[in-house]
Amino acid sequence: MSAKARARRSNFLIDVCLFFICLALLLPLIMLIANGFKTPAEMLVWPPTILPRNPTLENFVTVFTETPLLRWMFNSLAFATLSMIAIVATSALAGYVVAKFPFRSINVIFILFLTTAIIPFEVYMIPLYFQVKALGALNSITGLLIGYLVMSFGIFLIRQNVIASIPDELLEAARIDGAGEFWIFRHIVVPLLRGPLAALAVLAFFQAWTAFAWPIITLTRKTSFTIEVGLANFQSAYTVELSLLSAASAAVMVPSVLAFVLLRRNFVEGIAASGMKE
Amino acid sequence: MLKRKRFLFAVMAIIPTFAIFGWVRMYPIVETLRLSVFQWNLLSRDKTFVGLSNFIELFGDDQFLDALTNTAIIAFGAMAVTIPVSMALAGVIYHRTRSRFAGFYETAVFIPHVVSLVPAAMAWKWIFDAKLGPLNAVIVALGGEAQAWLFDPVLSVVCIILLVSWQTLGYAVLIYLVGFRNLPKSVYEAAKLDGANGIQSFFFMSVPLLKPITLYVSVVTLISGFNVYAQAYVLASDTQGAPGRLVRVLVLDMLENSFQNFRVGYAAAEAVILLSIVLVLTAVQFGMLRQKGGK
Repeated sequence: MSAKARARRSNFLIDVCLFFICLALLLPLIMLIANGFKTPAEMLVWPPTILPRNPTLENFVTVFTETPLLRWMFNSLAFATLSMIAIVATSALAGYVVAKFPFRSINVIFILFLTTAIIPFEVYMIPLYFQVKALGALNSITGLLIGYLVMSFGIFLIRQNVIASIPDELLEAARIDGAGEFWIFRHIVVPLLRGPLAALAVLAFFQAWTAFAWPIITLTRKTSFTIEVGLANFQSAYTVELSLLSAASAAVMVPSVLAFVLLRRNFVEGIAASGMKE
Repeated sequence: MLKRKRFLFAVMAIIPTFAIFGWVRMYPIVETLRLSVFQWNLLSRDKTFVGLSNFIELFGDDQFLDALTNTAIIAFGAMAVTIPVSMALAGVIYHRTRSRFAGFYETAVFIPHVVSLVPAAMAWKWIFDAKLGPLNAVIVALGGEAQAWLFDPVLSVVCIILLVSWQTLGYAVLIYLVGFRNLPKSVYEAAKLDGANGIQSFFFMSVPLLKPITLYVSVVTLISGFNVYAQAYVLASDTQGAPGRLVRVLVLDMLENSFQNFRVGYAAAEAVILLSIVLVLTAVQFGMLRQKGGK
């Protein structure tokens, strides 16, 4: 057997192994979706079935008509979208300024903020809760948003990209032509940053969409729940079958997984950049 | 004149961000530190200064110590699972970069990381279920004994470690893949000429060359492990309708002290301890990186 044929055979074996590993990693999610299609009786069968025997849509119908699932999805969507807009806007402006306007005072404050990036949200969320409470913004999207308006990593990411891809000469040329500073930002800088801004947008959206600890302390009213809090409290609020719970989880999960698959490139770019910090 | 105009723009552009930062990040961080030396019951107006007594009490508090131990075991356990598995997996996926399925591999490994915590935990809760779950079904079918996964004090922690590792794996693989792509190709070609096979060059070249990445991923995994909450909330908590033994973790203990026991200062002291752990871990990472650079 030639070396080439041997290499091909070992690659084939590796592919088979990788395929099974990937399948194993996805199996919990596949089973969750399958459970959503099972009848309550089949959920109690031993040994458990992997694929439903008589698939039914009833769980999904019940979940959407009898629980505020759609409302929760809307809350999550609104929260994640607004947070994304806030983070992209603040990061773009601040990242550009700290990269291209070397004023000492600004840089000192920027470094101070950057160092807070390592402090986990959980450390300061209790005082933040009281700030939101003082504003009367508990149980609202505004209150949720207060915790997710800025991202130090976002500013850092944009700053790095501005330094790497926007030459000073370009900005100088625009200034000589009489362009105002904001015009330059809006019409020259932002279009050149489309890639990193998209990566940051996807990252910010998913961060808010999957937030758990912050929503669970600021939201106590059923109508204001995000999808995560709603699902977590599902069982205590309703006398609920496991099949219904699975259907609700699947209904939430599938769109976000699809969104991820479509936006994978942006996502990967953002995460990969986060690893390059050091 | 021109410089002043530019400075004006810079300040105008950055003030909103800085103001928000100060308001939602700096202030609550300072407030956490301040509250940790006060006693405050949430309802009354007065906060009593108590010095370090919150911290002293914490280290005699069984519930807190239980939470700290569980959290540390989960964090280090998840790291011990994630690092070797993700490095090997990334190495193999990198080896098959030119395969038609490379995109599929990357996506499949990464999906558990982007799925919301609660649905993912729900999926695992069913898998671990003692009476209905497929895990016990497989064990029994193989002739083993069914385990009460979520009720046993040791096994329930193991379950959380598995769930956390499953979620972190995709992130770690992605970072390692970036690392593999940045490794100098010439070194590998030289090794190949000298007769090293793939496994040898993985262990003797990739592993040492990827050390800074391993350090980074370890610290990120540890820090996120110390903040574990949703997983314990869903998987192993008895407040839910579905059964499970409560695994006390730091964030859970902190929130309980603050919002159920109305001891905000005490909870803030816990937050400060969490912060110290994170700072120490980060310092260790930087220290080790510097040590390496110095050589």
